[in-house]
Parts: sequence; structure tokens; C-alpha cells
Amino acid sequence: MKTVEEIRAAIEAAVPGAGVGIVSNPGPSGQHSLRLNPSHAAAVAKFLRDDAELALDFLSNVTGVDWPDKEIAEKVKVSKAVDGVEQTVEETRKRVEPGCLEVVYHLFSVARKHGPVILRMRTVNRTDQVELPSLTSIWRSAEFQEREVFDLYGVVFTGHPDLRRLLMWDEFTDHPMRRDYVEPDDFEYEPTAHDAVAARAAAHQEPREGKVAGQ
Amino acid sequence: MTIPAHAPEQLKNWNRPRIIEPGGDGDLLEVAMGPHHPSTHGVFRMDVALDGERVIRLKPVFGYLHRNHEKIAESVSYLASMPYTDRLDYICSLTNNWAYALAVEKLTSQEVPERAEYLRVILGELTRIQNHASSIGFLIQEMGASGTPLMYAFREREKILDLFEALTGSRMMCNYMRFGGCRVDASAAWLDAARKVVAGLPGFVDEFDQLLSSNEILMARTQGVGILRPELAVNAGVTGPMLRASGINYDIRKVDSYGIYNRFPFRVPLGDHWDVYDRFMIRMLEMRESIKIVEQALKDIPAGPVMDPKAKIRGFRPKAGEAYGRIEAPKGELGFYLISDGGPNPYRYRVRPPSLINLTVLEDMCLGSDIADVVLIFGSVDIVLGEVDR
Amino acid sequence: MLGEGILKGLAETAKNFVGSFFSAERMTTVEYPEERIAPIEAARVFPFLVYDGIEWDAGLRCVACQICEKECPPKCIFIEKSKDKKPDAVGKPQFYPTRFDIDISVCMSCQICVEVCPFEAIKMDNVFELSTDDRFDGLLLDRKQLAKPNAYYHQIHPTEAAVVEARLAADRAKSDAKQTAAAIASAIKGAERPLPPPTTGGD
Repeated sequence: MKTVEEIRAAIEAAVPGAGVGIVSNPGPSGQHSLRLNPSHAAAVAKFLRDDAELALDFLSNVTGVDWPDKEIAEKVKVSKAVDGVEQTVEETRKRVEPGCLEVVYHLFSVARKHGPVILRMRTVNRTDQVELPSLTSIWRSAEFQEREVFDLYGVVFTGHPDLRRLLMWDEFTDHPMRRDYVEPDDFEYEPTAHDAVAARAAAHQEPREGKVAGQ
Repeated sequence: MTIPAHAPEQLKNWNRPRIIEPGGDGDLLEVAMGPHHPSTHGVFRMDVALDGERVIRLKPVFGYLHRNHEKIAESVSYLASMPYTDRLDYICSLTNNWAYALAVEKLTSQEVPERAEYLRVILGELTRIQNHASSIGFLIQEMGASGTPLMYAFREREKILDLFEALTGSRMMCNYMRFGGCRVDASAAWLDAARKVVAGLPGFVDEFDQLLSSNEILMARTQGVGILRPELAVNAGVTGPMLRASGINYDIRKVDSYGIYNRFPFRVPLGDHWDVYDRFMIRMLEMRESIKIVEQALKDIPAGPVMDPKAKIRGFRPKAGEAYGRIEAPKGELGFYLISDGGPNPYRYRVRPPSLINLTVLEDMCLGSDIADVVLIFGSVDIVLGEVDR
Repeated sequence: MLGEGILKGLAETAKNFVGSFFSAERMTTVEYPEERIAPIEAARVFPFLVYDGIEWDAGLRCVACQICEKECPPKCIFIEKSKDKKPDAVGKPQFYPTRFDIDISVCMSCQICVEVCPFEAIKMDNVFELSTDDRFDGLLLDRKQLAKPNAYYHQIHPTEAAVVEARLAADRAKSDAKQTAAAIASAIKGAERPLPPPTTGGD
């Protein structure tokens, strides 16, 4: 099977201006991925499926990943006036690197029996620009899995034939798999998690006699 | 199977469910099958719109068994996720363990000693045998056979589960595979007991076959029902016996050759007619092939350690990176996608559930057939809700 | 002939039905609870704490290291460590747990606590007839309910207990040997006397 660089070259030849990048995997598994530009994703996906040599006709897995905003503290040298004298002082500046939501596709080939080829797409941010193109028209197996990523992460797939929640109920309003999701306090039974979770739940329950876990 | 880029326009929606116009002038009857239903293999609902007895539209509704397994895995260590994987496909806990262990071993390039690989193959194939026997039994029960073939399957399944209990401590929630091998070694007494059980299995499969395969009622109800075209099966990500019943030769044990499967010659049965009867026969034939694999593995198993001595149990922190590991579970391709950020807990832990993705084509298979066939078609997909909803 | 497949199936069912009166192989159930099957040796249900000797409070092997509490996946173990040390069954002063609760309505019998315990203090029981009508208190087992003697452990898991005993005996022998070596070394040091000055030749 071709390496990631060769696949990228083939994509660039077939879909000019596709803007595919390589995301290298630092771990020992050797599974590197291709970063797609959302505007060309459908054309690239069609090429990957219909190409005679690659023949990636089988979409195995669609995963959502949440990369929250990161606060980075940098040390910057600035010239400041200290006691009337201009000096170069080191200052710590904090800036926020905006996060995004990422969708990872794992492709295999049933015709040629090779794989995986891994594709990634990132949204612009996590708040209001969360659209990505849906690949359901090219691989039907994305249908339920993209619904799940929409349900649990909030990525809106444009062009999906039936985009609604999959695992949570329809009236649910949050996206549970995001890293900043806060679960509700009012558990029905006694939770046996420790400390903070138990304390939050105790506020909603009637005081019990007898043994209580952890007290 | 690929659709050429220059396909004519009418094939544009070739991988969408076809639209059926209801005949007559009556209303459609909307039936909710489930979640409380004896034949839905768990808590599962299908919203079916019927024109008389014909299915016009079928939308599955998931989430009744959602236990946020993936989010729990982000807050506990890698080892602590292992007992939770038992509960994904709760009938085949050992293959779930194996898939997770394989994914973590890919993440860390961990070696597995040879005896552990043989034990994994033995337990994995025994799991496949008991899963296929139960699956056929459940399918026949949904056809109305009141559980007799199911109880014969369960009788053999109990023998296999007794073996699991003697080795791993538990019948179903085994928690046996570890990253770098298996938890405990199998004693010589256990291997002898396993050989005795496996010696009785060909006779059981013959009895089961004789009871069911040429039964006229079974053939009338399942042949020609629930046809799944091969190109749609591949495009919809269907795997496992369902894909092979549609004639596609794709068995991950042969394609990826994970573990030591390349040492065991076995055949891959394929279906010609792509219907429910083919799926039933594929499972019957796969049981026979699995028995051959277990017999050979029990003969060839070498002595040695079952755990890599350098593998860590506590304080396990894989280097940052990601890996996707998959196996041929009895239901299909079970994959685990792990992203590690160097910490003790995974950053992202994803289960690729074969049962959920095999259900993508449920609507396509059921459209146009009678409501009575929906139960059979659904039973032939062979799902477990623990895996669908995680 | 039409119906041949069904007749073959009926012959199969008849063979099993009649055979269940004659062969144990085909009669696979027992009338529980009047008859019981002996439990398989490795079976695990819920954990219990092992104590050596007669006194459960004095002989508890657990030293409240809290490793099992951290590794437990559903976090169903609650441990509070003591402030003082108490001599354990071999006389060495150790911390002990003033509280050790396991919520067995949450415990999933995964046996990870047993795997990670460095002191062989927690093992898996095989009692499963634990139904109670109190859903919360009845299923929260405290230290006293969890403590069972080492002899009981040998009774339910003989092979495993033999291996554990051998390991503990080897550890004890090693630490005894180390203690004896240390005692001998310090005795030699204490008994050392300054050497007499060398005698020179006669004057």
C-alpha cells in the first residue's frame, strides 16, 4: 500500500488545490493521517473511493475528538521603564489558543484488502462555526456515526440526509462527550463516586439514616 | 465494489434506501416495535410505517442502553477500562477484551508471548462458537420455535462458559486479557477439560444442523427474505457474517492476520443468495471452522509465560500518539481507536461497534417486506445492544 | 418428501427428550435450591478482606495503602487510614484501615483490587446469595462484614491460596534472613575490641 506521502501526491494530482496536509503520529503505531480541507473533502473522498489503485471503498470508523481552548503562558521580552530607566524585562503573557472539534475517518479497502488510511477534518472553532461536510453520500456507513458525532460533540454535518440525535433523547440540549460538559447533580440513586460528586448529589437527596458510603 | 465515477444520474442515490409509494388510499400504520419487545435482542426501538402489512419506512431508535462508556474511559486508567469492555458485547466478553488489548499493544508496540497468543486464539474461537450457537438459537426462537434449539445451544454454551469460569473466574464478564498477554496461565487440567469439551462440539453442531438446516418452515421463512446487495454492504460498512453472507470475502482474521491466525488453516464460508438463510448457514459453517482452529491450537500450544515481564499493570502511561486496532469479533469488525496524550488515562477512547454499523442497512433490507419478516431480518443481523449503545 | 426436514428435527428432539431420562449428559439442570452444584474453584463474586490468626481486628492484613481504592474502576471502595500504627500478625507495626467500605451494589467483580494489592490482603469471595431488602445499607459492607479468616480463603480457593502462602512464606523467610544477617552484623560490630599494640623485639 502507498505511504501517506504517496497518497497525498495522488490526491493532489487528481483534485488540484485540495490542500491536503499530513498529520504525523508521534507514537510507535505508525498510523499517520491526512488532514483534509473541508471545502474539498467530498471531492477527495470520491477520488479515494473510486481510484483503481487505492479503492478505499470501506469506511470503518468515524470518531469525534474535542480539542478545548488552550491557555498558553509565554515568556516575552519587553522593554519597560523601571525606575525611569529603559530595561528589557521578561514578562509572562497569557494567550488563548482557540480549540476546535475534529472528526477522524478510518478507511480500508475490501477490494484490495489494505488499510487503514486515516483522514481528519477540523472545524473552525467550538462555538459557532462547527460545520463540516458530510461524507454519507460517498460512504453510507458514515450515516449513523456522523449522527453520533453530532449528538455527542455538536459538529453539524452539512448534506447529511437525516441529522438528528442518535444516542441521547431528542429534547436533550447539551453535547455530552465534550471535555467541558458538566453532568447534572440530581442523581436518582445514591452515587458512590467520591468526594465532590457525592457532595453535589447529596444536596438533592433526603438525608438518610443508616450507613452512607464514605462517611 | 466501487461505483465508477461516470455512473449515470439515476444511480446518484444508489446507497440510500429506496422510496416505496404506498398503494391504496388508506393511511399508514405507524408501529413502534420496542423497546419492550421479546425479539429485539435488548432495549431497542424501531419506528415502522406500514401500508397494510408492507413496510414503507423503518427508522431505528438507539440509546436506551447508553452508558457513556467512552467518557468513563477518559477518566479512569487504561487497565480500568478493561472490565468495562466486557460489558460492550456482553455475550462475547473475551473478544472485546482482545480487541482492546490489541489496540493498546499497537499504541505501545508491546510484544505478546507465544503461549498467550495461543490462549487468546483458543478463547476467542470458543467465544465465536458459543456466540454463533446462541445467535442461531435466538433467530429460531423468534421464528416461533419456543426455545428448543436455543436451549440445545445453551447446553453447549454452558460447557464453554464453565471453561471460562475455571480459567478467568467469571462466566461472562471475563476481564482476562491484559496489555502484553493474559492475566493468568491455564493449567494442564484446564487444557484437558477444554479438549474434552471441544471433542463433544462437532457432534453438537451436527445435531444442531440436522435439527434446523433442512427444516421446511425455516427455509420458507428465511429464503429470499432480507436480501442485502454486496455493493451496498461494503459501502455501508457492514462486516462479519453479514458481509460474508452477501458474498464478499473479507475476514479480518485473514486480511490483517493479527495474533497468530496465519498458523491456522481455515476456510471462510460465503453466501450466494444474500438472504437470511445464508446468514444462518454462514454462522453454522463458521462454527465448524472455529472448532477446527481450537482443536489445532489446543494441540500446538507451547509452554512459556503468558505475560510479557516488561509489561506494566500499574502506572501504565503510553507515549503520546494514537492507534486503531481491530479484530474479527463474532458480530463483525470490532475496533478500538485510542488517542494518548502521555497521561495515565486515554485522551480519546472510541469503540467501533459492529452491531451499530451493521444496522445501517436494516431499513434497506426490510423495505417492501412484511412486518413478520422484520423480526427475522433483525435477528439475522445479530446485534447486542450493549455494543450498539455502549 | 415434503416435511422430511421437520421429521428429522422431530427425531432429534425426541432423542433428547427420551435421553434425558437415561443420560446425565442430556439432563442438564438441577433443582436449585434443594440441589446445588459445587462452585468452580476460580469463581469470583465480591471481595473480602483476609485476616491471619483468630482476632479479625488484630490480624487484618490490610495496611490501608489505598492502591485498590485508586485502581477500582467504578470507585466502590472507601478507605480511611489510621493515624497510629498497630502491630500486625507477625508483630511489625503497620497502619490499618479505620474504615474499609465496599459498596457491592456498584462493585462489578472485576478483581482488579485483588490484582494490584501488594499485601495479599483482599481476595475474591464466591458467595452470591446476598439478597437483602435494604437496597442501600444492606449492600454496603463494612470492615467487620468483609473480614474473613485465612482458613476460609484456603477452603474456597485451595490452589490459589497455596500459591499465596508459598509467596508469603518466601517473603517472610527473606525478611527473617535479612534480620538475622543484620543482627549478626551489629553483634560483630558491638563485640569488636581494639587490637593489642604490636610487641617490638626485646630491648
